[in-house]
Amino acid sequence: MNSNRKLVAMMLCLALIAIVVACAPAPTTAPTAAAPKPTEAPKPTAPPAAAKQTLVVYTAKEPDEIKDYLEIAKKELPDLELEVLRLSTGDLTARLLAEKNNPRADVIWGTAATSMIIFENQGMLEPYAPKGVESILPTFKSPKSPPTWVGVDAYETAFCFNTDVAKKQNLPKPTSWADLTKPVYKGQIVMPNPASSGTGYMFVSSVLQGLGKDKGWAFLDELDKNMAQYTKSGSKPCKLAGTGEFAVGISFGFVGLGLKKGGAPLELIWPTEGAGFEVEANALVKGTKKVDAAKKFLDWAIGDSAMKAYAKYFAIMAKGGFPPPEGYPTDIAAKLFKMDHQWSSDNRDAVLKEWTTRYSAKAEK
Amino acid sequence: MNGSATSVLAAPSVVDSRLSRQRVHQRLGVEGLLIRLLITLFAVWLGAFLVLPLLQVLLRSLQSKTGEFVGLANYVAYFATPAISRALGNSLYVSIVSMVVTVGLALVYAYALVRTTMPGRGILRTLAMLPIFAPSLMQALAFIYIFGNNGIFTRLTGINIRLYGSTGIIMSEVFYAFPHVLIVLITAFSLADARLYEAAQALGASSRRIFFTVTLPSIRYGLISAAFVAFTLAITDFGAPKVVGGDYDVLATDIYNKVIGQQDFGMGATISVLLLIPAVLAFIIDRIVQRRQVAQVTASSTPLGPKRHGRVTQAVFFAYCLLIVGFILSVYGVVLVGAFAKNWPYDFSFTLKHFDFYSMGGYKVLWNSLQMATITALIGTILVFCSAYLVEKTKVWAQGRSVVYLLSIMPLAIPGTVLGLAYIFSFNDPRSPINFLYGTMGILVLSTIVHYYTVPYLTATTALKQIDPEFEAIGASLDAPFYRTFWRVTVPMALPAIISIAMYFFLNAMVTISAAVFLFVPGKELAALAVMLLDDSGESAQAMAMSSLIISIGLGARVVFYLLTRGIERRSQAWTRR
Amino acid sequence: MSSKESYLRIVHITKTFGTFVALNDVSLTVNEGELVCILGPSGCGKTTLLRIIAGLEEQNVGEIYQSGKDISRLPPRQRDFGIVFQSYALFPNLTAAENIAYGLENRRVPKEKIRARVAELLTLVGLPNSGPKFPSQLSGGEQQRIALARALAVSPGLLLLDEPLSALDARVRVALRLEIKRLQRHVGVTTIFVTHDQEEALVLADRIVVLNRGRIEQVGTPEEIYRSPATTFVADFVGLMNFLPGRAGDRPDRVYCDRLELRCADLHRLAPDTPVTLAIRPEDVRVSHIDPSAPNLVRGRVRETEFLGSFYRVTLTLDGVETARLIAEVSTNEIRDQSICPGMTLPVSLPPDLLRVYPEFARVSQ
Repeated sequence: MNSNRKLVAMMLCLALIAIVVACAPAPTTAPTAAAPKPTEAPKPTAPPAAAKQTLVVYTAKEPDEIKDYLEIAKKELPDLELEVLRLSTGDLTARLLAEKNNPRADVIWGTAATSMIIFENQGMLEPYAPKGVESILPTFKSPKSPPTWVGVDAYETAFCFNTDVAKKQNLPKPTSWADLTKPVYKGQIVMPNPASSGTGYMFVSSVLQGLGKDKGWAFLDELDKNMAQYTKSGSKPCKLAGTGEFAVGISFGFVGLGLKKGGAPLELIWPTEGAGFEVEANALVKGTKKVDAAKKFLDWAIGDSAMKAYAKYFAIMAKGGFPPPEGYPTDIAAKLFKMDHQWSSDNRDAVLKEWTTRYSAKAEK
Repeated sequence: MNGSATSVLAAPSVVDSRLSRQRVHQRLGVEGLLIRLLITLFAVWLGAFLVLPLLQVLLRSLQSKTGEFVGLANYVAYFATPAISRALGNSLYVSIVSMVVTVGLALVYAYALVRTTMPGRGILRTLAMLPIFAPSLMQALAFIYIFGNNGIFTRLTGINIRLYGSTGIIMSEVFYAFPHVLIVLITAFSLADARLYEAAQALGASSRRIFFTVTLPSIRYGLISAAFVAFTLAITDFGAPKVVGGDYDVLATDIYNKVIGQQDFGMGATISVLLLIPAVLAFIIDRIVQRRQVAQVTASSTPLGPKRHGRVTQAVFFAYCLLIVGFILSVYGVVLVGAFAKNWPYDFSFTLKHFDFYSMGGYKVLWNSLQMATITALIGTILVFCSAYLVEKTKVWAQGRSVVYLLSIMPLAIPGTVLGLAYIFSFNDPRSPINFLYGTMGILVLSTIVHYYTVPYLTATTALKQIDPEFEAIGASLDAPFYRTFWRVTVPMALPAIISIAMYFFLNAMVTISAAVFLFVPGKELAALAVMLLDDSGESAQAMAMSSLIISIGLGARVVFYLLTRGIERRSQAWTRR
Repeated sequence: MSSKESYLRIVHITKTFGTFVALNDVSLTVNEGELVCILGPSGCGKTTLLRIIAGLEEQNVGEIYQSGKDISRLPPRQRDFGIVFQSYALFPNLTAAENIAYGLENRRVPKEKIRARVAELLTLVGLPNSGPKFPSQLSGGEQQRIALARALAVSPGLLLLDEPLSALDARVRVALRLEIKRLQRHVGVTTIFVTHDQEEALVLADRIVVLNRGRIEQVGTPEEIYRSPATTFVADFVGLMNFLPGRAGDRPDRVYCDRLELRCADLHRLAPDTPVTLAIRPEDVRVSHIDPSAPNLVRGRVRETEFLGSFYRVTLTLDGVETARLIAEVSTNEIRDQSICPGMTLPVSLPPDLLRVYPEFARVSQ
């Protein structure tokens, strides 16, 4: 009996230890979870006196970038504990809209200007002029004063083309939107779902703006015939092209360059009709209780060190003076399509609705 | 009181029928009150975290996006859009095909394990269980690496099996459900009565005839149960269709898309109800069958052991099992290679970079999962065992106990995605008294416990049934309060079952995504969710790295639990061995 | 026993399970220190009665008084009894000593006292050295002794034994029932012993309660039950009995069996020709050393003989009785002396004082 009782006690102890250990702060370099109780021991890196303030940040930036940025943020904003939710642009937009009356985010970071305009119209943003906002180019921030959102950079449409698959299957290199509708690419193209991905919407929007509504939709109909999948995320088509799962991924430039550097047999193509682009912007969420901390973060997010970090990934910056990342053509600005972001924003609902009724069957689940 | 006694008695029983409706009720006493209170608490708990949330789903399916009551308009809208409503047929199709294939494959495998004397049955059995340790989307990822457009198999053979769509979903569901179905069938085969076989053999029946006239009928209930398990796993699974579904819509992912992608809760609820219907139907059929099965196994039946088959037959079975295990192992192998290869499929040099998980905040997600699984195992085991004890071993308040029983077996019929959505409705409402739980680890623990409640509950019930029913009476006669006998006798005796319950909770909590995908908030991502999120952003290598870590933790936990069980068995040998 | 006070009073207990009547208006009084056996076939309600006394089942109607106190509505824990089951129900994870100590610990008895009491009980049941053993290391008989010791440890006012010997082999059973009797006398605890084994009941009981289909058939000392069974059921269930169909004669001491007229000491008060059942025990049927003037002398023919060790069981047909056969138990010596063998005829005597008359048709199980 005694031994049994001991055994039970031992098991309970084990379980307790497991819980205690599990609740203790996790050793991690990235944003940590809020401790379950405010009375938990302070994080090892925190200065003993100052309690860290937790800030909930919603972003649509790519995971690999976020890692770099957060390392800097950790050094430069030591008293902020950043809880970052990363979702694709569409999902993030839907989530923010759904949480409108009960917002959980304190700041929105690096999210499509198109979405920012929607949030602004819904009265979800608190105007704020972060330190140094005057140096941001006017087309990259909301025209209001103080601005409701402030852009930092922009990404542009690019095709990722797997040369290895092309060789095996005898595929020509597509150089324009029009090329993509050729029957030879049937089942070989992947692009992001515009309903969930900012990259996807940017492409659809540029096509509709470039060709006009009727011709635009006709083109998208043709493209759909060749489309293998509409992915949820904007970078995934390029990654799929990178592994040779599909030959062409409609994506954005930097992800392709990164994969290429990593050894993927990819070629980057900026379409001859012009590459659509989208500004990534930051904003303060209306109703947040942590205004000071949020402002501190927003100041940092357009500060020099942050901008320098963005510039490692982006060729198009909201401020002059950053060289484009390695591998980018120097004349990237000339390859861009002249986007009307107000149009993108105003028509977003209608376009997505139309798009969903036409093509949602192939959307990735 | 056997039947014949009753029939003889029918005539002279001259008891006033009013008497039989009367009863002298014992005074409750403190203990009776305590038991009633506990039963009430369990009923309330299950009511609050199972029934009410599900009712919310039903209610929401009758509401518009803005919350007005619209009757069946959502259902009408659903069926009026063929592009959307196709998912219902698709779901049924892939589930039924996966069910048939899984049961067929597992049937032969189980037969080979239980009935033949082929070598290596133990290890073959263990290896076949491997898929239990992985999140359901892992094998789908691996299948892309093997059978995808640029997969190894495709490149080596030049055959493209067109993985994306129903093919990939069915393959993944079969892989995922195989061990679960295998367990059921092994049990069914082991329970069959040896005397029937001896009789059939004595009558000179051929082995094929025996198989069809004795074997199949004797495991028919097991077969139905296995079919139920396979069907339910397939129709409620969310991971595989998400990864390899391509343009093939199924209900489980539809709910997710409607809710997470489009934030259309009304339609999400509508599809949830549609998904509930086949799942609940299958569940009811299985319950009816289970009840019959109890009657089938009599105390006098002799369990059947393995039997030597012909050399050739035996070799065929062995080869078959090797083939299946080989397939399972190669899927795991691909995951490992994918996790460690620099740039699949172009550069296979070794790297650890995919184990960085920068986008997930490093190892935090694993830590979260470990924490969640541990708490789930601990709390879940306590809840399950105590409620099963109250229902099985106490005498008071039969109605209360049967309510708890019913509520306890219900979760088996509830798909995880539906439960997750139900929890959003119940928790993410500022007016809800339990709103504070939203966005905490608590809600993940709760949803996981409820989602996986039934199987451990039935395990506990079985274990408790095997304990002498008179212990409680003895305890009472010796002036011991019920909880004392519970703690000193029942718990130590049921310890092996308790440990296996904890393990079940732990392993499932490590791999679950279907409910959690609706409930996680920043900072509370789980490892299995991370696999999904990583795949979403195209980081399949990292997704595989994460999967392999989840598997390692699962296997590690299995070893720990095994050692614990061994330890207990050794300690209890004194009282179990003569 | 009449000098003792009544300790347990069971009043009009009825218990049904759905439409099945397990106990039908059962009333019974048990005296202090008495050992009462409840005897009956399986399904007669005897275990149900025991469980109702313990509070493990709730009766539909009726009351139970224990030493004058109404305990009908008390939950088991508040009643004062010790119980032993057929399955022993020893806690397998506790040693024999821990099992015995279990009830004492609940009463917060000091440790030394527990140890002493456990040792005392172990000695009492004849297993002084088995304290540290686990139940699985004990034989069935030993386990049941420990179960008995555990039940007695808390000195209950009432000891309930539910077929405690049924799971044991014949030899152990015989030894242990004597042991139980000795223990019960020694401790003096009022005991109710449920069994379906009539021999057990006859050996053990101060009084036997024969239960059939939820009703009490007879209550009496073992001799009364055996010698004067009140009903054909009791007659049939306890010991072996020959049943012969008959009719009442025109005098109270006369009955007819087919064409045979018999005298009986068991007077009937029935109208002539009323159907009756005649009963006589096989050992009461005489086939040797018969006084030729004895009453009820009939010629019988030996049909079969069965050797059963110390005696033979002889099947007879009687002249003038076509409808029935009679079994007689004859000692091996007499068989040899008279060289009785199948086919021979011989005089048979049915002593009137041993012949019983029941005003009913017997449903005979033999």
